[in-house]
Amino acid sequence: MTAVIIVCGVLLTVGATLAIIRVEKGPSMLDRTVGLDIVVTTMIAAIALYAAIQRRADVVPILVVLSMVGFVGSVTIARFASVEPVGEGRVRTREEIAAQEAERIAAEDEAEEARRLGRRESADERHDGEVR
Amino acid sequence: MTWTAVADVVSAICLIGGAFLAFAAGVGVLRFPDLLSRMHAGTKPQVLGLVLVLIGLALRLRSGGAVWALVLVAVFQMLTAPVAAQMVGRAGYRTGKIRDDLLVVDELTADMERATEQLTDAPAADPPTT
Repeated sequence: MTAVIIVCGVLLTVGATLAIIRVEKGPSMLDRTVGLDIVVTTMIAAIALYAAIQRRADVVPILVVLSMVGFVGSVTIARFASVEPVGEGRVRTREEIAAQEAERIAAEDEAEEARRLGRRESADERHDGEVR
Repeated sequence: MTWTAVADVVSAICLIGGAFLAFAAGVGVLRFPDLLSRMHAGTKPQVLGLVLVLIGLALRLRSGGAVWALVLVAVFQMLTAPVAAQMVGRAGYRTGKIRDDLLVVDELTADMERATEQLTDAPAADPPTT
């Protein structure tokens, strides 16, 4: 039985690792979904292997729950996140992130400035109105 | 050789088979070139591999209640895996993530072209009555 445990454990571990490599590589959200589906299935198989080794019947409800819930993620991604903007399919470089961050901060500063000016103007108007 | 020893051996074979299918899915999903072929590799452990592992577990547990729960697991997986696969394939087709050059038969594109033709022709075909 020990040999069976080792062989199954190695096969499941390598399979899940390869699926996770695919999840990391992308290139699109749907490929990652397929990879994550395989990870969930491998997890179910690993829990079943554990239950078989230990002869534990109380682990079986976990298998039921995983098999019911496992598909929710892929359906959600396929329905709502399959259309992705260009450039979001990959990890951004440090320079790109810095440039985007600078752009965002500049836009925020500008908005803040505009808000402050607008408030001053409106305050002036209110003041004028009181004087008259 | 007693009955329980035979059951244990068959259970070990089933567990190894299921684990091998999970491994094959990992290799396939990493090495195949596009979304549909990756899905093809990924659905092997989702149904056949899971059923093999569950048979192995049932032969090892050998108690009525647990085995019925395992049947439930297999039924749920058979109900949910096609739903997920259909949604992923549809979204992949609509967002153009499927490589046309790898397809042997592509009936959906022809059907959609015919449908759009009918939609554009339909108003012109009816003569205006009023």
